[in-house]
Amino acid sequence: MHGQPRKPLKPEDDAASIAKAAKLRNLQSQLLHNHHNKIYTKEALEISSKLLELNPEIYTGWNYRKLAVEHNLQVETDPKSIKSIVDEELRLVEIALSRNFKSYGAWHHRKWILSKGFSSFDHEFLLLNKFQKADSRNFHAWNYRRFVAAMKNIPEEEELQYTTDMINNNFSNYSAWHNRSVILSNLLKRKAEGFTSKENVLAEEYDLVHQAVFVDPDDQSGWFYHLWLLEQTVTPDAPMLVSSWPIHDSDMIVSVKSNLDDTLLPTSTRYHSESGTFPLILYFNQPVEGVSSSNVTVDFMFCKEDLLWRPLSTTNSKKSHAWVTYLKFPDKEDNSSKVYPVEVRLGHSHGIVSSSGSDYNFPSRFAFTVSLQCVELETAEGVSGTKMLDWGDDSFQICEALPLDLSPILSLDQLRISKNHEPTALQWLIETMTPEIALFRELLLEIKGCKIGKLTLARLLIAYDAIMTYNIPVEYKKVNTEEVLELFTDLMKLDPTHSSYYKDEHSLVLMEKLISNRKSMSKHCFFYGESSSSNLCNSVCLRLNKLSLSKIGSFEHLLWVEMLDLSHNKLHSIEGLEAMQLLSSLNLGYNRFSSFTALEPLRLLQKLKVLDISYNEIGVHSIDTTRYLCSSPLSHTVEDDSNFNEYARDDMKVADTWEAVMFFRGLQLRQLNMAGNAISDDNFRVLLVKLLPKLKWLDGKAVH
Amino acid sequence: MDLLSGELEVEKHVQYILSLEEKKDSLESVAMDYLRMNGAYWGLTTLDLLGKLGTVDRDEVISWVMQCHHESGGFAGNVGHDPHILYTLSAVQVLALFDKLDVLDIDKLSDYISGLQNEDGSFSGDIWGEVDTRFSYIAICCLSLLHQLDKINTEKAVEYIVSCQNLDGGFGCTPGGESHAGQIFCCVGALAITGCLHHINKDLLGWWLCERQVKDGGLNGRPEKLPDVCYSWWVLSSLIMIDRVHWIDKEKLAGFILDCQDKENGGISDRPNDAVDVYHTYFGVAGLSHLEYPGLKAIDPAYALPVDVINKIFFGRK
Ligand SMILES: [Zn+2]
Repeated sequence: MHGQPRKPLKPEDDAASIAKAAKLRNLQSQLLHNHHNKIYTKEALEISSKLLELNPEIYTGWNYRKLAVEHNLQVETDPKSIKSIVDEELRLVEIALSRNFKSYGAWHHRKWILSKGFSSFDHEFLLLNKFQKADSRNFHAWNYRRFVAAMKNIPEEEELQYTTDMINNNFSNYSAWHNRSVILSNLLKRKAEGFTSKENVLAEEYDLVHQAVFVDPDDQSGWFYHLWLLEQTVTPDAPMLVSSWPIHDSDMIVSVKSNLDDTLLPTSTRYHSESGTFPLILYFNQPVEGVSSSNVTVDFMFCKEDLLWRPLSTTNSKKSHAWVTYLKFPDKEDNSSKVYPVEVRLGHSHGIVSSSGSDYNFPSRFAFTVSLQCVELETAEGVSGTKMLDWGDDSFQICEALPLDLSPILSLDQLRISKNHEPTALQWLIETMTPEIALFRELLLEIKGCKIGKLTLARLLIAYDAIMTYNIPVEYKKVNTEEVLELFTDLMKLDPTHSSYYKDEHSLVLMEKLISNRKSMSKHCFFYGESSSSNLCNSVCLRLNKLSLSKIGSFEHLLWVEMLDLSHNKLHSIEGLEAMQLLSSLNLGYNRFSSFTALEPLRLLQKLKVLDISYNEIGVHSIDTTRYLCSSPLSHTVEDDSNFNEYARDDMKVADTWEAVMFFRGLQLRQLNMAGNAISDDNFRVLLVKLLPKLKWLDGKAVH
Repeated sequence: MDLLSGELEVEKHVQYILSLEEKKDSLESVAMDYLRMNGAYWGLTTLDLLGKLGTVDRDEVISWVMQCHHESGGFAGNVGHDPHILYTLSAVQVLALFDKLDVLDIDKLSDYISGLQNEDGSFSGDIWGEVDTRFSYIAICCLSLLHQLDKINTEKAVEYIVSCQNLDGGFGCTPGGESHAGQIFCCVGALAITGCLHHINKDLLGWWLCERQVKDGGLNGRPEKLPDVCYSWWVLSSLIMIDRVHWIDKEKLAGFILDCQDKENGGISDRPNDAVDVYHTYFGVAGLSHLEYPGLKAIDPAYALPVDVINKIFFGRK
């Protein structure tokens, strides 16, 4: 029941409603009787009309009438009688809709009867105009309108004009804006006459929507449309490669276990691998599918067979920002002095496709060198070898104090390997975005507290910075970051109901600010422990702790990181972290993770050895917000025979432990700290030791 | 939930739901007679969330549910009415609440549902061919509860749902249909159960959904509409499934729901001081459960059944 005031009935109303109830009940039982006995006489039909006029929601009534129509049409040949049968149904629907124009049953009955083909659709727009005038947001009417327009082959241009009229009539008609976006994207997609230039069409649309948002800046309808226009403007159709590992122009040393001593070149990247295998990672600006050896060429003298590319994704999705393949030195290869070039080329043939169906079409290449080196077991195992890793401040020394040459982020500025937009397209983008930004700055001068204006301005500025960085990565310095951060800070105060949304956006911008250039990133790079004295490069730790981050991103800058400290933030999710394939030590302590499903990206990190998830909220909450984003029996993304039972005991039910089993079973952890979580008791620690056979340290103590 | 603007009148709501049976002859009951199966699901799930399902005569309910079973394999909204997928899901959910799915002829029931799938992957509600993404959700949810999802072409079913996705990130009833929170729940739920949430732009949809929260804390179903308790369920469940529920103010929403209680006679209404009904009572209580209101059982956001019921179905009794 909607919109009925809560009040006790007056006695006279009471009597009336009892009478009405009796009448309704009587009609309904007569209808059901006729329905069950297949009685389709005039009198019987009359009863069903009366019932449906009183309550159009009684679906069995409409079903009965359909059977009656089919029955009666079967014996009828006279066109006049057929017309009267059909007209009677149309009349009844009209009455029913006047009573309740949200009645699904009535709308469908009308479609059903008209689809029989005995009646024209000519009257339908008149009827619709009547209903849409009475309720311009009724989505049944809009759906029916699309149905009729399709049946009558009305040109989309005409229906687009109808939305213009409706919008001009009332800017606050979200339904009309919505229908406009549907029709317009169709017209643009099929490049209809007058819609071949996306640039011109979007320019006109901006004009229309400006009127709406300036007339009533508090109304949401136009704003959503504006957001859609912005996305149309700034999202490049074709996906682009934005970073890779190894990076362009780098010299990489793959170290394998051996008893030989070694010396390191100071400017090279080191990657430890017992098998002589190393990953090659591609990171795109949007999720793509179809990366394969047929569209990515890798020249490496030991690579003879086709490479197998895998999307880094926690779900069944075939799409991902990040794709990985593995290159391998032959087993006998131990010539440590020899340097081999690797060249990667893509964009020369089709197959890499974005969600919107656009092909990767920027031919690009990057190259690096690799060499193989044998190192002693202890050194090779690095920080997670024989000693417990200590995340305390005393274990770290800032990199700035050390020769920059040692930093593995040496070539960060060269990560950008994508080709530019065509200059004219970039020109158009700048010419479109600049006045938009100016316009919204102006709006905010007039109406200081306009939340959606601030949000739109922030989005415009972020988009502008992103475009410029993609296109001219070396020259362009993000100029808008501080303004954007300030806008989100304002928004948190202005609209506290949605402060967490603004906080997340703020975190993303802040994180990008910290790591997107070498200078600011180096402030967060530390050497771990004694390794600063030895020359082991892979113990550089990126410390992004105590920053109050609620969300992380910018993974394209982080593909090289092996040790990451995100402790003492406000994170509850690490969506996207699966791209960081080199990660071997991770600190997520003192955050807000509330379930193992939230840590699902870690299951894709094959090198992860050290994990700290202490002092989070695992086991505290009754709802799990990541349950359906990860593999689980509930979403049919794991096999039924996952053997969860194996770990069950009388005091530990499968339902309570399967997530932990799923999560830890795939990991090769040597060190785990998960103290300070509600779930972590003695029973649970026993389960962990069982699940993690390689575990040496649990919660700071040696495992025996 | 630390701060509460009022208290949930558990006893009053239980009494209200139990009293509905006695008011069978009221106009309201007669008008809703055709969807009594939905009513049973709303009322009984509410009782279970409140920990009071034991007050109901389970054999009586099950025997009535089975009277609504139709030879085609589907269930009707009430005895004597026609079968429809809407009531079939409610019947299955009610039986699941009582741990009585074994009374069903599962093959026949899943044949009925799979028979409603169309060439393009969509589902009709019954033999009369109305197509709607609500029915896609129902078919997928129902078959999954019965471990029979392989009876349909899930790939095509998902493809159809994705074709109903809009440029604002939401979903409509059919391709091109306007986004609506109820419809979004159905599509997100269906994608969740089939492990296909990667088709959703979580940030875009999440922002649209969190903007459903209006100043008084309540949620509406579409932009520029009034708030309504039933959207506490549709919007909250969707936000939980895509991990964006922290974008709304939970305490304000709990306050709005509690303000919609009839503190004298029990029941919850769409908005403060409106007439209560079992539909909004269920959505109010289920919404509070999503908000971790103390003392309520947890409810699964995709299957719309208490978590312990779902665990029993998917993990057995261990
Ligand atoms: Zn409602």
